[in-house]
Amino acid sequence: MDVGQMRRQWMDYIKSMFEERFLDGQFLQLQQLQDENNPEFVFEVVSLFFDDSERILKDLSFALEQQSVDFKKVDAHVHQFKGSSASIGAQGVKNACIAFRNFCEEQNIDACRRCLLQVKQEYFVVKNKLETLLRLEQQIVAAGGSIPIMELGF
Amino acid sequence: MGMAAESQFHVLAVDDSIIDRKLIERLLKTSSYQVTTVDSGSKALEFLGLCENDQNHHTSTNIPSVFPNNHQDVEVNLVITDYCMPGMTGYDLLKKIKESSSLRNIPVVIMSSENVPSRINRCLEEGAEEFFLKPVRLSDLSRLKPHMKKNKVKDPRNETEEKIENSEILLQQEAPKSQYSHSESESQSQLQAHSTIDQQQQPLQQNNNNNKRKSMEQQGLSSETDRTRQRYSGIATVV
Repeated sequence: MDVGQMRRQWMDYIKSMFEERFLDGQFLQLQQLQDENNPEFVFEVVSLFFDDSERILKDLSFALEQQSVDFKKVDAHVHQFKGSSASIGAQGVKNACIAFRNFCEEQNIDACRRCLLQVKQEYFVVKNKLETLLRLEQQIVAAGGSIPIMELGF
Repeated sequence: MGMAAESQFHVLAVDDSIIDRKLIERLLKTSSYQVTTVDSGSKALEFLGLCENDQNHHTSTNIPSVFPNNHQDVEVNLVITDYCMPGMTGYDLLKKIKESSSLRNIPVVIMSSENVPSRINRCLEEGAEEFFLKPVRLSDLSRLKPHMKKNKVKDPRNETEEKIENSEILLQQEAPKSQYSHSESESQSQLQAHSTIDQQQQPLQQNNNNNKRKSMEQQGLSSETDRTRQRYSGIATVV
């Protein structure tokens, strides 16, 4: 596959991520902040997001397994997750977190556990897609190409 | 992207989230600012060279009573801080900066992921220059520049007014003020002496803060808050 084909593949892939609402405009902000002096910026931020998310999901699962659930604590974890997903533009995770927080307020344990599954699901899907996208980017760069500039109508 | 003239401005960014620290650092550097990031309010105060004496704060036990004052020579032109942080919140940090005679001239900008009007007003009333909704975008950063200039070119007339107005607490403010202008060759013992004074007056300063605010309002200085509020209302319609 030549660079042109790879670039087209990358464009199609990221477009589908926006269309399916896994990502929002914030992800383009990250792309904008990447330049020749910081060619790894998006990769670094996304990697930090993966590490942070897995820690939060572990903490959340633990907090919701307790006999008497501390909803304040659960809410604090979800708040963190909402913030980090918003910062990288992981729209699906962010929206799942917003719904989750409403049930924390209601102290609805069953709904909270369902929300945890939903948030996890959203996270693993977007993680998978981001990994594919970044792999494509690496291939483009390795072949001497540059990452296309995305401009969606946001 | 940014102009070379801006590179002299140094911003201290405070956020407990490593992702957001990385993001704000890149945003600021792209806008040609010099950036230092820290992960808590107490570390921010430490960097600014202010002793933190709040005994209720859990991290205070780790902070030595006398700071090495390595950063006295590093000028910070603006502090940008997250609102929601464990321990000392961005609001607490803002209050500590505005209560400190040596730091109060440093403009503070608050960032928060939540659009809560009462929170925003509280921060602006306490002296925050701007309130940014997270995630912060490149376009937001243009709003920092006017505050940098204001801090850089200090109006000596305003300083005099301030002294008269706060004559009540002038005695307590004198010591840290002189500490601020110390050169780095200052001997350790002198710094220690100032730090001790700093510690003693902390509760006093807090008590006086209400009076200080009251007197500011009486003298019609609340126009400052009005101005920032007005500016925010413009932003609110955009969000």
